[in-house]
Amino acid sequence: MLETVFFYLFGGLAVLAGMGVVLAHNTMHSVMFLIFCFFNAAGLFFLLDAEFIGIILILIYVGAVMVLFMFVIMMLDVNRAKLREGFLQYLPMGGIIAVILLVELIASASSGVFVSDEMVQAVHLGQEVNNTVEIGKELYTKYLLGFEVAAIILLVALVGAIVLTLRERKDAKYQNISAQVNTRKEDRLRKVKM
Amino acid sequence: MSWLDVAMQGGIWALEILAIAVPIALSVAYITYAERRVIGWMQIRKGCNRVGPAGLLQPIADGLKLFLKETIIPTTANKYLFVAAPVMALVPALVAFAVVPFGETTLFGFWEETHVMAIANLNVGVLYVMAISSLAIYGILMAGWASNSKYALIGALRATGQMISYEIAMGFSIVCVLIMAGSMNLSAIVHAQAGEYGFLNWYIIPLFPMFVVFFISGCAETNRSPFDLPEGEAELVAGFFVEYSGMWFATFSLAEYAAMILISLMTAIMFLGGWYAPLPADFPVVGAFFDAIPGTVWLLGKTSFLIFVFIWFRATFPRFRYDQLMRLGWKVFLPWTLSWIAVIGMATYAGDISSNLTWISDVIGFWQPWR
Repeated sequence: MLETVFFYLFGGLAVLAGMGVVLAHNTMHSVMFLIFCFFNAAGLFFLLDAEFIGIILILIYVGAVMVLFMFVIMMLDVNRAKLREGFLQYLPMGGIIAVILLVELIASASSGVFVSDEMVQAVHLGQEVNNTVEIGKELYTKYLLGFEVAAIILLVALVGAIVLTLRERKDAKYQNISAQVNTRKEDRLRKVKM
Repeated sequence: MSWLDVAMQGGIWALEILAIAVPIALSVAYITYAERRVIGWMQIRKGCNRVGPAGLLQPIADGLKLFLKETIIPTTANKYLFVAAPVMALVPALVAFAVVPFGETTLFGFWEETHVMAIANLNVGVLYVMAISSLAIYGILMAGWASNSKYALIGALRATGQMISYEIAMGFSIVCVLIMAGSMNLSAIVHAQAGEYGFLNWYIIPLFPMFVVFFISGCAETNRSPFDLPEGEAELVAGFFVEYSGMWFATFSLAEYAAMILISLMTAIMFLGGWYAPLPADFPVVGAFFDAIPGTVWLLGKTSFLIFVFIWFRATFPRFRYDQLMRLGWKVFLPWTLSWIAVIGMATYAGDISSNLTWISDVIGFWQPWR
């Protein structure tokens, strides 16, 4: 019973937060709503005993990705009047996409796949199953190739981002830190006999 | 489960939370006192010694003063986020304590088996602490942005860059501990450091470089000196909390000191053997005496020493320059920790590659109870 209550609590709050992301006028508030939404999603994972995925969701998305998002948004100078300018112009296109999505959702919901008898029921595996260990075993044995490929793609993206943003300015002066750190007293101080 | 049981369980949880939150708030107050006295002693002056005997009532006087001060909200500030920011800084700092095991107890023989003294003995305890402590950035970021002041904004940007950079080094140094302990459960990590050789079983011995990295990164994470660039007085007035006053200002320092306690506790748990005594019980002369001291006292003693080291740092080192800070995080700590993970990982499985190398995995196996 308690579990159902918590499910609807987390689920409902996640939906509300998701609406907040779209409807908030202030970009900063949108980001905060998105973070709140992630928290509720993590809560849903906890209800399924998937504590590892729940924590990773918070650690990666809330702790790292959203911080960088915010970093960028903080620097933006959002002009709300300018954003509103093209509102009517884009409304028909946006409206059509929204209607199509709604029809698709209704169609898939009523297609019979989501009949409650045929739904997969989440089962609690109990405390003795350590899902960190299980995920590790699956990931590093069965799906090792996929894991490695994903790692290489991420590495390429990382190097690409650095290459794209790296620009050396010839006119700027930089300290050579290793030279600074390795300086000894003898290099700077000389005893002179007078 | 009847409603009475639910109420009982709720009451027990509330008591457990209070039993951790209240001592933290008190120790934060007295760490500020200790900090002033210790730095005073190091700089050959008195420190605060006027309010109460030896100045012991100073934190209470300070708290009262801050409590009575007016909270000013700047007119151009974003009111909701300005008010929410200190709370967002404080909550993660306190919530992270939920998984910290403070020791083991049978409640003086009342229970059959030993229980771990933690609110939640989570299987992914280490990850939980990492995840929650990374949320502390939001408080700082929000404070800087919502203040609508350029100094606060620059302070917040600096803090964010710094915390993200050092979190990586911190995470990698924890990975080494996880390889050794074979578990992410904090109490299991402490148990993995139990043994008949006392402090030789602690992870500070095989992972000394990681201990150094973790502690220094922790220093940077909590924005403590010499990494306190986000609040550099000389160039940023006071960094991200320039615009705050009264209780909201105090909330930020409460969060900072609570984070400092947390980092010290985590270092003690992961590298200094948690609640175990440094010498085995059968050690001549002092062994039996050390064994009689409760584990919690050992853990808190180690934590107190590490907090002292934090204060010592502040009195000793000048502040870093921002490029030096970034260099240390990305070019020194990151390669260092990554290569140490490779070394530990290869040493662990060296015996599987060739039987000539079995001695390497045997040596490292001394600290790996899961083998």
